[in-house]
Amino acid sequence: MRAASQLPRERLTWMYTQMLRIREFEERVKRTFVEHPGVIRGHAHLGDGAEASIVGALATRGESDPVMPSYRCHGYPLVLGTPARALMAEIYQRRDGVCQGFGGSMHLADPAHHFPTASGIIGQGIAHAAGVAYAAQVKKTGQVVYSFFGDGSSKQGAFHETLNLAAVWKLPVVFILENNMYQAYTHYKLEDANGIAGDPLSQKAQAYSIPGTTVDGTDVLQVYEGVGQAVDRARSGQGPSLIESRFYRLSPHGNAITVPPVPTQFQEHEAIEVYGNKAEFEAAKKNDPILKFRAQLTGNGTLSEADAKKIEEGVRAEMDEVVKFALASPLPTPEDAIKYVHA
Amino acid sequence: MPRDMMFAEAIAVAITEEMQRDPNVVFYGQNMAMTDRDPFVRKFGRDRVRITPISETAELGIAVGAAMSGLRPIVELYMAEFMLVAFDQVINEAPRLRYMSGGQVKVPCVFKAGFGFAAGWAGQHSNCTYHAMMGIPGLKIALPSTSADAMGLMRAAIRDDNPVVYLHHYMLTIDKSPVPDGEHIVPFGVADIKRAGSDVTIVATAWMVKKSLAAAETLAKEGISAEVIDPRTLAPLDVKTIVDSIKKTGRLVLVDQAPRHASASIVIAGEIAEQGFKYLKVPVKMVTALDTSVPYSETLESYVLPSEQKIVDAVKAVLMMQAAAV
Repeated sequence: MRAASQLPRERLTWMYTQMLRIREFEERVKRTFVEHPGVIRGHAHLGDGAEASIVGALATRGESDPVMPSYRCHGYPLVLGTPARALMAEIYQRRDGVCQGFGGSMHLADPAHHFPTASGIIGQGIAHAAGVAYAAQVKKTGQVVYSFFGDGSSKQGAFHETLNLAAVWKLPVVFILENNMYQAYTHYKLEDANGIAGDPLSQKAQAYSIPGTTVDGTDVLQVYEGVGQAVDRARSGQGPSLIESRFYRLSPHGNAITVPPVPTQFQEHEAIEVYGNKAEFEAAKKNDPILKFRAQLTGNGTLSEADAKKIEEGVRAEMDEVVKFALASPLPTPEDAIKYVHA
Repeated sequence: MPRDMMFAEAIAVAITEEMQRDPNVVFYGQNMAMTDRDPFVRKFGRDRVRITPISETAELGIAVGAAMSGLRPIVELYMAEFMLVAFDQVINEAPRLRYMSGGQVKVPCVFKAGFGFAAGWAGQHSNCTYHAMMGIPGLKIALPSTSADAMGLMRAAIRDDNPVVYLHHYMLTIDKSPVPDGEHIVPFGVADIKRAGSDVTIVATAWMVKKSLAAAETLAKEGISAEVIDPRTLAPLDVKTIVDSIKKTGRLVLVDQAPRHASASIVIAGEIAEQGFKYLKVPVKMVTALDTSVPYSETLESYVLPSEQKIVDAVKAVLMMQAAAV
């Protein structure tokens, strides 16, 4: 058992810092669409609102445990140690990008920091995560794989096929279903049988006879304990678990899909834009996981107000530098486009 | 000394020997390795040889993830059509991840499947689907036509650092042909001249090679010398060997079990139009399946698929075209 109450001050400070880094990074991605139109192409998906869920989960990691996120993948490598500037440079289509401009926002990868790849196709990366876990099992590395995906993915065949097979093979993998309330633009209670019935989405685990639990994904310490239990179980050879981590995506699904030269930006959240439900969105903003954790840490004396401000200023300075670096990074060499077709 | 070996056995021998050579090679699929009497299970154990449910997306996706983590998975899919239910993994995951990661990962895996069954399996289990895959950058496609190639291409597929779709033709399964001694490997992208000739070039793959060789034999009795080329891999595709051949023959017949516009022949014809046009004395002729699904009744099926007679007729037609031109 991992008790959050046993976490030392340094670890709690680290967790708060990582949550802030994700938020500040994502804010800058969003602002880039306004301040530097055209610098980001295609579709970018932000993790604001997911910070407690991401950091609470990754705080349970062993140092070589692989992490396989979905295409909403900016936050995880930030926590794993990928330099933020290499991530931003990738999103800005630059040569110094972590994938040298070949992948972009949806397809970040940094295997050197235990982030093999992310798939841009809903749910397909869940099977890849199980494959990474299969390799760990065969090679007896002792690793546990973290598979992150959204609520929308849990209606994909890849999810169901993989959970069954992972259970049959007792693979060392933890499936973390990030229920951020919206599958792209559709509220999950319009398209999920468990959700419509008023049941937690973790109930899907029952179909595969594996543990399924739901945690409050806005509470970093609750995520830490819930995921930690599943990780310990997987590492001891007892197989996979499903965790539903419930939180609220604070940005819309992605930047607006426009056809060049029409500029693209992030619009209002779907709750407002599509469903006209401003109250829901305002309530979610009040329940911001970062504000909650900050209040907790300053309230119980883990951090003083001055400590918190110092962390916040440090993270802002880091991310300001990241944007400057990425903007100044050179574009890729056109002829390199044929470089990585084959190994 | 070369020894005769059944096509299916040659594949099994290649897999077995590669698994002995490299502990990272794993092998799994549906309805295989069901008991501990299974020869692969006996030799390599349950970690490396596994049975799966009917879950192609998970099977292929797991192969992709395992390949990125240092294993070399071979997935037994039985029928190429079963890949279609997991086509995202075949064409939009396995061959894309290395590229999108800027070369940071490699995905060495083999998707093994039978195809082209012409034994009354009707519309959904008799297809040639390689055309849909041969143009996908990053994916390699192997189609052996002999036991030696079946063995050599499987070895090369397992050792390749890229995803390979290995398609073995059902109608060749129990054919016996010689296999060389030792560690026989057939490199990808090297066509094989299965029969040398001077009047016409026939290009064919898999079962169509057998039919083309039979046609060439018949034609030889009438004094017509046909060269039969088997590209052996469709990706990479050895266009040069075909161009070199038509420099000599000036005539090209492309034989393919797939329907015309879903064939490899149509791609080869395009390459020859650009790279070999000046060597052609007459237009290219294609012998493909008719543009229809494969029917159940043998009478109907035979009508739809290419046959030795259709190949003979096509060769005679291109020879007559030349006569007309003169």
